[in-house]
Amino acid sequence: MSRAVLEELQRQFPQYIRETHSHRGDDTAIIDAEGLIPIVTFLQEKISPRLGRMDKLVDICGNDYPERPERLEAIYHLMSTDTWKRLRLRVPVSAAEPKIPSLVGHYKTANWYERETYDMFGIQFEGHPFLKRILTHWKFEGHPLRKDYPKEKRQHLDESAPIEWFGVKSHTKDDGTETLVVNIGPSHPVTHGIMRLVAELDGEMLVDGQVEIGYLHRCMEKEAEAHTWGLVMPYADRLNYVSAPINTQTYAMAVEKLAGIEVPERTKWLRMIMAEIGRIMDHCTLLGPALVDMGALTNFWYFFKIREAGYRVLDRFVGSRLTSTCDRIGGYALDIYEGFEDDVRNIRGVVEKYLGDVERLITKNRVFLDRTVNVGRMTAEQAIAFGLSGPIARATGYSYDVRKQYPYNFYDQVDFDVVVGSAGDTFDRLMVRVYEMKQCLRILEQGLKGLAKTNGQPVMADVQDMTLPPLEDTYSKMESMIRHFNIIYRGERIPAGEAYLYTEGANGELGFYLVSDGGGKPHRCHVHPPCFSVMQTYTDIAKGSLLADAVIVFSSYNIIAGELER
Amino acid sequence: MDTLWSQNKETNFLATSLEQLVSWGRKYSMWPYPFGTACCAIEFMAVTAGDYDLARFGAELVRFSPRQADVLLVLGTITCKQAPILKRIYDQMPEPKWVIAVGVCASSGGFYQNYHTLQGIDGIIPVDVYVPGCPPRPEAILNAVIELQNKVQKEGFRRDRGEAGGTLLGIPAAESKVSLPVVVAKQEAERKRREREGTSAAKGSSEDSEVSA
Ligand code: SF4
Repeated sequence: MSRAVLEELQRQFPQYIRETHSHRGDDTAIIDAEGLIPIVTFLQEKISPRLGRMDKLVDICGNDYPERPERLEAIYHLMSTDTWKRLRLRVPVSAAEPKIPSLVGHYKTANWYERETYDMFGIQFEGHPFLKRILTHWKFEGHPLRKDYPKEKRQHLDESAPIEWFGVKSHTKDDGTETLVVNIGPSHPVTHGIMRLVAELDGEMLVDGQVEIGYLHRCMEKEAEAHTWGLVMPYADRLNYVSAPINTQTYAMAVEKLAGIEVPERTKWLRMIMAEIGRIMDHCTLLGPALVDMGALTNFWYFFKIREAGYRVLDRFVGSRLTSTCDRIGGYALDIYEGFEDDVRNIRGVVEKYLGDVERLITKNRVFLDRTVNVGRMTAEQAIAFGLSGPIARATGYSYDVRKQYPYNFYDQVDFDVVVGSAGDTFDRLMVRVYEMKQCLRILEQGLKGLAKTNGQPVMADVQDMTLPPLEDTYSKMESMIRHFNIIYRGERIPAGEAYLYTEGANGELGFYLVSDGGGKPHRCHVHPPCFSVMQTYTDIAKGSLLADAVIVFSSYNIIAGELER
Repeated sequence: MDTLWSQNKETNFLATSLEQLVSWGRKYSMWPYPFGTACCAIEFMAVTAGDYDLARFGAELVRFSPRQADVLLVLGTITCKQAPILKRIYDQMPEPKWVIAVGVCASSGGFYQNYHTLQGIDGIIPVDVYVPGCPPRPEAILNAVIELQNKVQKEGFRRDRGEAGGTLLGIPAAESKVSLPVVVAKQEAERKRREREGTSAAKGSSEDSEVSA
């Protein structure tokens, strides 16, 4: 894809580049830690626009190879918003001196990602302004994602972090009065139980603050390393549990990319339908409670009517409502049930009815407008600097939708519009979702047509050692039974390598960075959760607004703890 | 008054009738505090919404202040970071109070058997009703509310509740009266804990992945 960028890097920085390769369409450069700043500065500023300035940092994560002398590694995923090219940088360091310069000066979003990598792997990012633990408890000792930290090693952690830990201090203003530091949450109705905000208040205005997250850090990435590729699926489900089908299919697609499995056409259509149902359900779960936070209770019930219509499809398709785990590596275990199309079409009627009601209730409502218009504005430049994607980024006018820019499945064959806002305020953030739900309906309709065209095709790829055999064969044929047994107990034989795959999740770009060492379990499974970067913008965006408005800004963010903290 | 209660508790007509009346009142006017942390909370939202309608059981008024609530619904995984907060919320609730552990995460840690997840909230607070499932279906949550109502009716208002015992992580709480249909889940949780203590960290956790069934 951007092989040209790699060549350019090699020409410019032969002294820092150790190795470059393109595997499964991902371009990677392995570089020295000293070279990181010059290379990133070059990529950001000096590289020719034809190749594309890498102006957006998507993700940073770590990895650990205990057998290597430089066992730790930080992995950077960059992208260009002009040419949509992507690049991965890997920076190995030794455990004795795990030091890498911080990129906070280059990309704002690096802040939390570096904290997470520090927390999980103990890599020190030099020059980072607040390098403290972010996901684990503040008293936690050790770095849990290192391979030598036992998964079940528990520690005695019994107190919440004191306010002083956050470094937010009260100040004396010019008129002699003082600002006040207060603690809000985590168990406060407006923080939805997942965020703690230590806020510095001037009267009712938020002047500064520090957010603490990690209340739902249930170690999904560590669990993934202890399970076979297929058994990670239920964990993937519980990332963004509000739209579970999107998570499982993204994970499945990432493994398929790594393994080079091509899935049947029918699976792709079916995945699109499930993803759009998930998106509709996700947007409902944001909009309902967000309006409740503004005091509009009725909408909550309307939106749950829509969700129930989606639940019906999931329930009848896989037998479970919320955490459906519908995907398998290579496709689906079963084809659709009788009446599937009718149930999906039914969603359209339900959405039109109830969403119409909600629109009538809110769009001309004085209270709603007063509380949302021009509150918590964000510009497109900010969105890019913070590495945002999804509805929140689109609300600022930055038109980036993975389904359009990097089409997967059959999104390039269906007709739909990318909904963008203009002001980037709370109103836009909410309304982008309302209109996106209508676009989802269009995709659903076309998806059903595509599905009808592929009637009779299989929904599961057939690759020995990697995908499960059909269920009826498992119980009737010897070879199938052995294959099933091997995959379940020993794991899928995914060839060694690495891959990053991303789709448009309900909150934005949801990505999985997978590393296989050829065994039956992932060596590393990192999730790039869209709301991690979103949450990070919170104090910057909410600063300067009234506390009551800051609350609504948070409601419009759609922070799902499961994927935020994994 | 004191003598009125203490004399012939079993046969005193006034005392028993009043007791029944108060219990009846309590069981139909529960104010739940949904301590929602994860996926189970989303399913609870469905329970309060129109199709399942928790309001039918008199538990309509969801409160987000522990001081105004009497049923603590723990919905979701409790991590080490969350645990001290849960304990504090429980302590702040006025008596009488009851706890429902919704989902396998709250009951036993579920399939998150790792360094940062509490292996069941009964290590820090007493639990009245356990609801198995990952997440439990809405019907199961409603069933738990009904179970709790039955329990409230039976126990009367002069019960003596054990204090939440132990510190965080793994030390069993004071025994609470567990309602019957869910006793299995409780035993299962205890078996797991014993097994874990017995075999320390050597135990694999893959057998727990059936919870999504
Ligand atoms: S029991 Fe299952 S659904 Fe409920 S919080 Fe735990 S993982 Fe989520």
